[in-house]
This record gives sequence, structure tokens and C-alpha cells, in this order.
Amino acid sequence: MINKKVANVKSALEGVKDDMTFMFGGFGLSGIPENSIAELVKKNIKGLTCISNNAGVDDFGLGLLLQQKQVKKMISSYVGENDEFERQMLSGELDVELIPQGTLAERCRAAQAGFPAVYTPAGYGTEVAEGKETREFDGKMYVLEHAFKADFSFVKAWKGDAAGNLIFKGTARNFNPNMCGAAKITVAEVEELVPVGELNPNEIHIPGIFVQRIFQGELYEKRIEQRTVRQR
Amino acid sequence: MLDKNGIAKRIAKEVKDGYYVNLGIGIPTLVANFVRDDIEVEFQSENGVLGMGPFPFEGDEDADIINAGKQTITTLPGASFFDSAMSFSMIRGKHVDLTILGAMEVAENGDIANWKIPGRMVKGMGGAMDLVASAENIIVAMMHTNKRGESKLLKRCSLPLTGVGCVKKVVTNLAVLEVTKKGFKLLERAPGVSVEDIKNATEGHLEIGDNIPEMDI
Repeated sequence: MINKKVANVKSALEGVKDDMTFMFGGFGLSGIPENSIAELVKKNIKGLTCISNNAGVDDFGLGLLLQQKQVKKMISSYVGENDEFERQMLSGELDVELIPQGTLAERCRAAQAGFPAVYTPAGYGTEVAEGKETREFDGKMYVLEHAFKADFSFVKAWKGDAAGNLIFKGTARNFNPNMCGAAKITVAEVEELVPVGELNPNEIHIPGIFVQRIFQGELYEKRIEQRTVRQR
Repeated sequence: MLDKNGIAKRIAKEVKDGYYVNLGIGIPTLVANFVRDDIEVEFQSENGVLGMGPFPFEGDEDADIINAGKQTITTLPGASFFDSAMSFSMIRGKHVDLTILGAMEVAENGDIANWKIPGRMVKGMGGAMDLVASAENIIVAMMHTNKRGESKLLKRCSLPLTGVGCVKKVVTNLAVLEVTKKGFKLLERAPGVSVEDIKNATEGHLEIGDNIPEMDI
């Protein structure tokens, strides 16, 4: 067993610097790497390029990095719930690349899987395709989208072990598996770090080969963005 | 004239037995409430769930189980969770049978705009561009006119496009329309709405046959 376990979030984030490119798992606030984000806020490194489906909310998730003006550029598909983000974007302080959600996922997966680029029909004929190579296959037009290149990817899983194996829960899975192994270093934080051998190999979502550092996360808030219920 | 629930109720009639359906945010989400209960349908949410159920009972909410609108949901027996790349494999690979989404503008050639108002509102496209680029069967649910009373069914979209030539059908508070090579073909009128009302609220080319029936909802 190759040991990926590190003592805490501080060791997990060793080597992060100004001007790096990071990937963050999560959809809305579900499945975001809360501990890694909190540590990046503490370190206050600047000039970051962040690849994440959303940008958090004003006072949680990646919104915390935005508040401290640590982010130079965001690459996302939907940024609707964050006023500070919208302000920085419209004023030009923040560079924003909005891309289709499936394209975001596939550019991560391509990086993970060793494809330099993929053709997708999404965005053809729109401003998303401007300046990009296009090609026709079987009478339909496609846009060439390149794999991301990132320094670190920060993911969050439900359970994991020291070998770096991961299991996700519910829709907190989202982009997390696609970002594992898609950057030079993948840092996984888990709600439960279990002894090696306890996870059933049949049930592992991401094999440890895609993870370089794993640690037991703490104090998960798991904030709910839209609490919707029905009457009993 | 229909309200938002009325639009959803009419669209629910388009949902057939055995369909996998992706519902967008807003009016489309309401469609699930009106699907006949004697047919089998599975709702897909692009954040990674197939087999979505209703909202949870109070106290049962789980931050790890949400839909694409970030609302807490439940799952039904037979449901599954998956990652974002697989979710869009379902969409891009045409495994989803029907996509229902909202729009700011639809053009008579089937173009759709729903993600950006330059300089004012930039929330992003989310999964909409992937959905409209691949789905064979796309229904747009929206009000016929905007808050200023201007038509949302246009000759050409004025806002940045989400997709080109992709919309097949539009259901509004006034009418059901099919997008054809000749423009918007009027299929049905909403209760109490005249053909004249629909003409006045439609900027794009409208094809009107004889005897346009009133919706049966």
C-alpha cells in the first residue's frame, strides 16, 4: 500500500503559491472541499486561477477567496448566487471565463485521462466557440475544447483510506471524481478516513492512484443553499 | 391565459411513458408535479442524479442530496448518483429523451438565448448549452412576453445565444407553438386567449392554420 495520508490540511496544502491554477470540486455548496478552502483563505495567496462549477456564495465556499481578492480568474459554468462575484466581474477586477457545464466536466476528465482536447457540440454558434477550432462530424458541428492544466485539484469525498481510495455520497459527488488526477497534485479531504482494508474494493469510486494527498477533514458545515421541504 | 403552473401542466402532457427527462430551473421544475401517475418517467438532474423524487419532509433535508437548482430533494426507488462527466454523457450522448428549459428569447429559426444580458446580468449557462446542443426533443417553457410587455418570440434573438436552431416546441402562457422551417406554427391557444392576442404578442413569423384549438388541460 502506498501511503497518501498526511497529518492535516496544513501539510496537504504544502507547495501552494501565488498565481497557481486550482480545481475545486463541488456543485453549489454541495461537496466542496471546505477545509482546503479555509486553509487557502488563511494562507492568503493571491493571483489564483480557479476552476470550479460555481463560485460559492458571498460568505461561504469560494466566495471567501473572492472576498479577500485572492482570485484573478474564475472558470465556471454558473455564478448566479454571489453578489461580490458579480460586482468584481462587471467592474472588470475579476477575469471570468464562463463555459458550458458539460464542457467543464469533460475538460477535467480529459486532463485526468490524458486527452489533450475533446470535440463537443456544446456552444457551437455561440460566443463560447469564438476563436476555437470547429469541425464537422456526420453533418453536425463541434467545438474543440482543451484539457485543463492545473497545479492542484482540491476534492472532497465521504469516505477514504490512506491508499487514497475515495467514495462519494449523493450529489456531493458531482465534479469531484472528474478532478482527481486532473492536476499535478490532487488533495482529497474526507469526512471519514477509515483504516486501509475497510473499504470494499468493489465500491470504490476513485482509486488511490489518482490522489496524492489525503486527510481527515474537520468541522464540516455542509451548508444548504435552498432548503426546500414538503409538509408531512 | 395560463399561469406558471398552467404552462407546466400543459407541458406535462408531452411527457411519455418510459421517458428520461431533464427539467431546467423555474417553470420546468413544476412539470414534475403534473406528470400522470400511471406512466413511468425518470427525472435527471445534471448535478448527478437520476430518479429524483419530491422535496424531503421537514427535518429530512440532506445537504448531499440536491438538484441542479441547489434545492434539497429526495430520490425514488431505482435512483442513482453519478459524477458530472457521466451526467453530461447522458445528455450529450442523447440518452435523455426530453429536455424542458426556460428562455429569455426564442427565435423563429429555433435559436435560444437564456444565459446572459451583456453588462447587466451574467449568471452563466450552467448545463443549458450542453442540453440544447445535443437533445433531440427540446421544449421551452416561458412567458410569451417579458416584464415590459415585449415579445420573447422573435425573428432573431438579440441576446447572446445559448444554442442555434435547436428549439422544437414552445409552451407559453398564451399558446403552444412548434418551430418549423417557416417559423412559429401555432398549434393551440391557452384558455380564453384569441389568435389575435397571440399574433399581437409574437414578433417572429407566425403560421396560423384554420381552427386553432384551445388547449385541453
